[in-house]
Amino acid sequence: MKTLKQGEIAMVENPQINVVTMVEAHSPQSNFRGLEAKNIHAWFGKHHVLSDVSLRFPERTVTGLIGPSGCGKSTFIRLLNRMHEFIPSAAMAGQVLKDGEDIYAPEIDAATVRLKIGMVFQKPNPFPAMNIRENVLSGIKLAHLKVADHDSIVENCLTRAGLWKEVKDRLNATGGSLSGGQQQRLCIARSLAVEPNVLLMDEPCSALDPGSTLRIEETIKELAEKIAVVIVTHNMQQAARVSDFCAFFLTDGGPGYLVEAAPTKILFTNPSDVRTADYVQGKFG
Amino acid sequence: MDGVAKTEIIPVPRELAVVYNRADRIFRRIVTSGALTSLILLGLIGMFLFVKSAQIFNDRGISFITGSNWTAGSGDGVIIDDFSIGPMLTGTILVAVIALIIAMPLAIGGALYLEFYAPFRIRKILNALLDLAAAIPSLIFGLWGLAVFTSFGERWSVLLNSRFGWIPFIKVQNEVFGRSPFIAGCVLASLIVPIITSVTREVFSRTPRDLIDTCYALGGSRWGAIRTVVLPFGRSGIIGGAMLGLGRALGETVAVYLLLNIVFRYNFRILESEGGNIASLIATKFGEATEYELKALVAAGFVLFILTLAVNMLAATIVQKSTVRK
Repeated sequence: MKTLKQGEIAMVENPQINVVTMVEAHSPQSNFRGLEAKNIHAWFGKHHVLSDVSLRFPERTVTGLIGPSGCGKSTFIRLLNRMHEFIPSAAMAGQVLKDGEDIYAPEIDAATVRLKIGMVFQKPNPFPAMNIRENVLSGIKLAHLKVADHDSIVENCLTRAGLWKEVKDRLNATGGSLSGGQQQRLCIARSLAVEPNVLLMDEPCSALDPGSTLRIEETIKELAEKIAVVIVTHNMQQAARVSDFCAFFLTDGGPGYLVEAAPTKILFTNPSDVRTADYVQGKFG
Repeated sequence: MDGVAKTEIIPVPRELAVVYNRADRIFRRIVTSGALTSLILLGLIGMFLFVKSAQIFNDRGISFITGSNWTAGSGDGVIIDDFSIGPMLTGTILVAVIALIIAMPLAIGGALYLEFYAPFRIRKILNALLDLAAAIPSLIFGLWGLAVFTSFGERWSVLLNSRFGWIPFIKVQNEVFGRSPFIAGCVLASLIVPIITSVTREVFSRTPRDLIDTCYALGGSRWGAIRTVVLPFGRSGIIGGAMLGLGRALGETVAVYLLLNIVFRYNFRILESEGGNIASLIATKFGEATEYELKALVAAGFVLFILTLAVNMLAATIVQKSTVRK
């Protein structure tokens, strides 16, 4: 098995991927709907942390990013909605295309990009000074969106995040009064209110108990009926349960790189790289 | 069966003994004595002031605080002693409030710039300069105010008066604009801006990074993140910084002494060339005071002491109330 650095090539060369998926994921750029990273590199100062990653995230799929700590998964996911540039001295190379359009093009407003490519963080973090309802609507206020019916947005987003039934009678309670898992679902609802096409999740369950984790995973699957979800996770079982595609990152002490990307079933049962096999079987990491 | 019987006896909670080891014991004593020292000092100062000024409060009662006359008697009964600090007390508050109103927007703006907008290198330089500015003696600010700022302040006063003269506070009786509470307040503002900026910037920098990131991830602008997360989070710090500045402005002596016409008349027209301040009153009169006048000055000091204490306690209450929602 030879070392592959680009997910695309790995997927193309893997004979076991079924043809339909391949066509869907790798149709010509002009009508590809979703998010596409092309030859991404990242630096912090002079420190090269991510090397030549190319991946595609088609609409209505969940992609899991797995790999040991420090291999650049979080850096990569933050590059996908231009959060990377908030870190002083951070630099990048390559392209991120959303529906064929480069989100790093000079004329693009980064705030508009983030509106369409939302993000949920590791620690549940509802805004402390706001109640549940205000939390859900905060993005609309932040982005100055004009909407007619706030109530239906609150209900709709909380329902999609799987939280509506639990909080519908106490929308004026603070976010902090919820349990950790509920808080994280509130954060998901908050991200959904601005109607993103892509939702990036950076280890969204690592601070939660197994029950809450399961609820969030159900939510993720439901979300993927409409949008693309990208989830970084350290939990291999979670990646297996929730994702359609999986990408395995690794570092040899230098910059992190992509070892291989494939439909989740194949990556877990018949990976093309021996390191992937070792990792998913828990031999290291 | 045994287990059932046991649960019927509800035990008395055990007393938990805490055993400190030697290092802990010694360290505990040191920090306790440190904390107690400042408390005892504060109590002793308050007691000293009160004891020394008791006679004045006894003689003059509430009129010491409300009256507006400071006359040292001639000693032979022709002119009798008449000491009261009404205008100085209101003047102290007036000048301090003017200073605070001018300083707060500058300080908050400066802190936000330093924390969220300034390029990294500029930020480092400005932070160092800010700490330096906070350490400049107030005498220097007073001299600067006298030599440089007064001429600007007078021009601003003329402008303010001609545009907003219809507002009671800004109206003047005589069109002499130098040495007014406004000018003193401006210089005091420049004196307290560094310390307030420093305190608020410190608090802003502790805003949880992931909350700010969330604002950005929701398509918010920098200002949106500041309004949504940073300002609510930093509210108690802003109030704390403001009270620190207010405390300094209330007690400021030399700068006010140099910049303000001390006149014993109630004056709330901020552009008028008259005003007062307890601290500078004490500095002015202390040198040639009679024995009885000295007591009156100590009494004035006691009033200032109580005022500052009250401001600080108010601040503590506000900070506590505004941080309840977590």
